[in-house]
Amino acid sequence: MGKNNYIKCALFLIIIGFLPVFVSNQYYLSVLVFAGIYAIVAIGLSMLMGYAGQISLGHAGFFAIGGYTSAILTKFHNFHPLQAMIIGIVFTVFAALLVGLPSLRLRGHYLAMATLGFGEIIYVTSGAATGLTEGPSGFSGVPSIALAGFTIKSELSKFYLVWLVALIIMILSLNIIHSRIGRALRSIHGDEIASNAMGVNVAKYKIQVFVYSAALASIAGSLYVHHMRFVSPTGFNLNKSILFLIMIMSGGMGSLWGAVIGAAIFTLLPEFLGVFNDYDILMYGAILLGMMMFLPHGLTGLTTKIIQLVLSKWKTRTQNNP
Amino acid sequence: MNFLEIKGLCRNFGGLRAVCDLNAHIEAGRITAMIGPNGAGKTTAFNLVTGLLPVSTGKIFFQGKDITGLPPHKIAFLGVARTFQNIRIFSNMSVLENVMVGVHTRSCKGMFSSALRLPGVSSEEKFIRDEAFKYLEWMELAHLASMDAGNLPFGQQRILEIARALAAKPKLILLDEPAAGLNSQETNKLSKLIRNILESGVTVFLVEHDMELVMNISHDIIVLNNGFLITRGTPSEVQRNKDVITAYLGEEH
Repeated sequence: MGKNNYIKCALFLIIIGFLPVFVSNQYYLSVLVFAGIYAIVAIGLSMLMGYAGQISLGHAGFFAIGGYTSAILTKFHNFHPLQAMIIGIVFTVFAALLVGLPSLRLRGHYLAMATLGFGEIIYVTSGAATGLTEGPSGFSGVPSIALAGFTIKSELSKFYLVWLVALIIMILSLNIIHSRIGRALRSIHGDEIASNAMGVNVAKYKIQVFVYSAALASIAGSLYVHHMRFVSPTGFNLNKSILFLIMIMSGGMGSLWGAVIGAAIFTLLPEFLGVFNDYDILMYGAILLGMMMFLPHGLTGLTTKIIQLVLSKWKTRTQNNP
Repeated sequence: MNFLEIKGLCRNFGGLRAVCDLNAHIEAGRITAMIGPNGAGKTTAFNLVTGLLPVSTGKIFFQGKDITGLPPHKIAFLGVARTFQNIRIFSNMSVLENVMVGVHTRSCKGMFSSALRLPGVSSEEKFIRDEAFKYLEWMELAHLASMDAGNLPFGQQRILEIARALAAKPKLILLDEPAAGLNSQETNKLSKLIRNILESGVTVFLVEHDMELVMNISHDIIVLNNGFLITRGTPSEVQRNKDVITAYLGEEH
């Protein structure tokens, strides 16, 4: 995956390791757990959108399937959280194939429409299937994750669990991106016809990356309900799908690291800006619009630009003063 | 058995017959050009051979194997590569990465083994990179390897497309108007390059409007007009053919 990314992964590990030292407030630590959960979704969505160029407006739906499967199986049926998480992934993969197989065989934005509808179906169903989900009010009492005899209950232990999962997923995803599969995905984004003519099985890889990103959303959904210890449909509405989009767009579409940064920013920002609360969807819209107009390559694109600018300035200066 | 055989090929777009009852064959180890006025059906024929368009009726055989109706990626895996009339490089990728996609058909690691870096992935990755570099060096593009492909000048984008196609080590390469938009110096280079490609063991099938280039390098010429085959022959035979002159210049009055 390139030397550069090894360094970034190491840096990432160090930040995860030492961040809790500076954050003693339990509430903020809990917010950082959410950031890690959303980072997992954002990494998958960035693979799908930033690399393969396929748009999903329904990732909250996969997030919900993982979340509800974990919540229901662990609370009412005494499943181990890990088992429930895996079953959630299986359900999600099945749902993703159901949505993806017909729409990804076509060229164009059919996936965006199909996932938009899918997300709404899951959201409405989760509120309506009261026998299974306890309806719109949801239910609490979802048990904590227990691993090897330890119950991961404190904010600190949840922080480490979630961000370690994010790191592992990051490494796997970087490995994919820096392989022939990653290049095939980007070639599909670049020119589907040429990609196909060069031997890339376009439909197969589009479905694979869609299923992969859905599975990551499912894992994140499971972690989400174990963190909240509560589940209700409100966490899984269209706003959530849009929020995921904003996270990867603000971070930078063609960068997995950008996705993590975007996820962190858009989890933390609303906490510090109370104004967001009632006008969140309006703010999201404004940010999305502003990003597309002024920062099409997101924050990572902006940083690269600044670094290039500084470097070129520095170069001319050293050339002028030998 | 012919290398590439086209039998009774038809393709209709609504009421328009773009290619009609086309019978033609390509012999291995030769440069075959397909010429004809605009709208004769040349690019359509290319798209049918590479599977990018479904065939209305007729059959296409490659090395004796029926490839009619196969999806484009399967035809690519059989050893048919192509370039496009209006350049289709991956402008979101670097020059090197473009050619690395060309090696796709000669590598096999999937998503799962790539994600886990299972044994063999790294060595295959190195193979892909080395191969891609080899073709960039051949095309004299190696010094631009890390550049964004979209930033290359037009002429070099055409060459990059050829490098990407050759990186698949095809048996047959289809070049769709490779000289379009090139200046005379670049065209001269191109004709040398096409001969080199043939010498490297790749059979060449090209569509081209630059008659000087076509007459210089082709062994066989297929002439189409309005979707029909008019004639087939050597450059000198084709130049003397009355139907060909009529197709290009119109009837004498």
